[in-house]
Amino acid sequence: MHLLYQIFIDPFVQMGAAPDLFAQTLWDGLVAGVLYALIALGFVLIFKASGVFNFAQGIMVVFAALTLVGLHEHGVPAFLALALTVVVMFVLAFGVERLMLRPLINQADVILFMATFGLTYVLIGFGQLVFGGNPKVMITSDLYLPSGEIRFKGLGGFVSFQKIDIAALIITSIMVAVLAVFFQRTRIGRALRAVADSHQAALSVGISLEQIWVIVWFAAGVVALTTGIMWGARSEVSFSLQIIALKALPVLILGGLTSIPGAIVGGLIIGIGEKIAEFYWGPLLGGGIESWFAYVIALGFLVFRPQGLFGEKIIERI
Amino acid sequence: MLYREVGQYKTNYAADMAVFPILQDRIGIGIILFVAFVVFPLIGNDFLLNAVLIPFLIFSLAAIGLNLLTGYCGLLSLGTGAFMGVGAYACLKLTTYFPQVNIVVWILASGFFSAAVGVLFGLPSLRIKGFYLAVATLAAQFFLEWCFIRIPWLYNNSVSGAIEVPLRTFMSVPITGPTATSLTRYLTVLSIVVLMTWLASNLVHGRIGRMWMSVRDMDLAAELIGIRLLRAKLLAFAVSSFYCGVAGAMLVFLWYGGAEAEVFNIDQSFLELFMVIIGGLGTLIGSFFGAALIYILPIALRLIPEGLGLPLHPATVEQLRFLVVGILIIVFLVLEPNGLARLWQIGKQKLRVWPFPY
Repeated sequence: MHLLYQIFIDPFVQMGAAPDLFAQTLWDGLVAGVLYALIALGFVLIFKASGVFNFAQGIMVVFAALTLVGLHEHGVPAFLALALTVVVMFVLAFGVERLMLRPLINQADVILFMATFGLTYVLIGFGQLVFGGNPKVMITSDLYLPSGEIRFKGLGGFVSFQKIDIAALIITSIMVAVLAVFFQRTRIGRALRAVADSHQAALSVGISLEQIWVIVWFAAGVVALTTGIMWGARSEVSFSLQIIALKALPVLILGGLTSIPGAIVGGLIIGIGEKIAEFYWGPLLGGGIESWFAYVIALGFLVFRPQGLFGEKIIERI
Repeated sequence: MLYREVGQYKTNYAADMAVFPILQDRIGIGIILFVAFVVFPLIGNDFLLNAVLIPFLIFSLAAIGLNLLTGYCGLLSLGTGAFMGVGAYACLKLTTYFPQVNIVVWILASGFFSAAVGVLFGLPSLRIKGFYLAVATLAAQFFLEWCFIRIPWLYNNSVSGAIEVPLRTFMSVPITGPTATSLTRYLTVLSIVVLMTWLASNLVHGRIGRMWMSVRDMDLAAELIGIRLLRAKLLAFAVSSFYCGVAGAMLVFLWYGGAEAEVFNIDQSFLELFMVIIGGLGTLIGSFFGAALIYILPIALRLIPEGLGLPLHPATVEQLRFLVVGILIIVFLVLEPNGLARLWQIGKQKLRVWPFPY
């Protein structure tokens, strides 16, 4: 009886008793969710266009952020470093297409998945070799990103918002809007959607798959760079980030592997869900449930909706 | 020249369906077993047995377990590390409560606990497949890892939070624990691995293996010809987790001699998956090839700079190792996506028709 009370009633009583704390947890969850969503977005872009489940998206985030900070450390002005990092991401996309995707064309999904593992190892080794394995501080002020916090009084206390989080929210919204316009309105965007629908049909109307792949990997690289800057500004740029990037997987499952809105909504649900669960239900189980809670939500979801929230309905034929 | 099947006639169905239809293959396997059971124990030093052969065999067994699931039944799993962990912790609890029973019995029995957990987390596999299932098994990975850390009962409330392997003897010869020699541990591991590989071979060549393969190739069609999907898939999860569990128990009891939950983290799962894919999906021999390559390659890479006398910083060596392993994985996949087992097959075919090209 006491246990039931602890599970079903006590957390809500706590929420009601301290609405400021609840709002703060909600906000923290939202911000974490935005970052999960950003990583998931990179996954979705690549998965839609090439059917490759890109495990390396997490390390691409780290690699992009490291390149930016590393270049700046060597005396390159911040914005030039930013531009150079974008160039590096393009070279990476081009190299991946040439050396990895093209020879592996028409292979089973799991083989391509494994190849992105190989890419992960290469990027870890290369990144550490060039920039060193120590955590670095993101060049927040040089990029004119705000720091500090805003305190908002009310709800019987105060809620604090980090300015960088607000900036992250705005930048993410802009990026998603740009991507949406790009996908819906431009020629290349249409080609991308055609490729996502059917590789063969796209080829037969004269769309170059190779070109499309370079473009999506580059787009995913730019998304990774943005994610890296935002995440790096919140904590620091280190290789431990790529473990957190695994959290993007349940986000994808929740939202559906092929849906951009799904990635966003899934990210927010997971981010908010796990922060609230950790804060209110975590102590019951001894804490640390953040590490698996997201996966269990996703698992529960999958049993009822195997294609995710926004995924295309899976139709199987013999 | 030596590898010919000329004159070897098959006069009954049993001979036609044999696992090793060619005489030379049978001789070869005999030689391998002889070397493993007799030559290595005689000539092997501590380094060879303890740092190369024991882990190689244990990882091979885990790779076979994953291969049964992923290669034969087509269900992608990223929870291998956690299932191995279940085996290790189950073995610890069993031998704590019943110390008089032979430890080898408990190592094998701990597989059943792992199998039960595997079935539980395999339940969603009926509705989801492919990468969706892979993420579902990640839930198992992270949840079980959390359990290993947060439930002190599992590691006997030891202060360090690690498994401490107790001394267990069989006919007064120590098998596990600090005083067990690498030779007895090697022979124990070898016997278990050979036995379980033989079982797995029989399993995949029989009705159950065919059932799994039909599910892998197209589960809808398999269902139409009367295979019960839920049973086939759950059986695959159970058997696979059984193998992983035994491998995990051996990893801690017969190799590390003590381990923390960290041993069974996500990297372990990925390592196992590498072995299976590089070795060859859906082949038992590939599991051994993959384990050899993935386990022994890093050791070799660590030794090469030393051997050449290059004055490299250990951290640099580690980074280079990542880089080289990553590149090799991609190169291997590009050159032979079907894995080392396929190369082996091609090689044998070339030998059979030599000196003609085909």
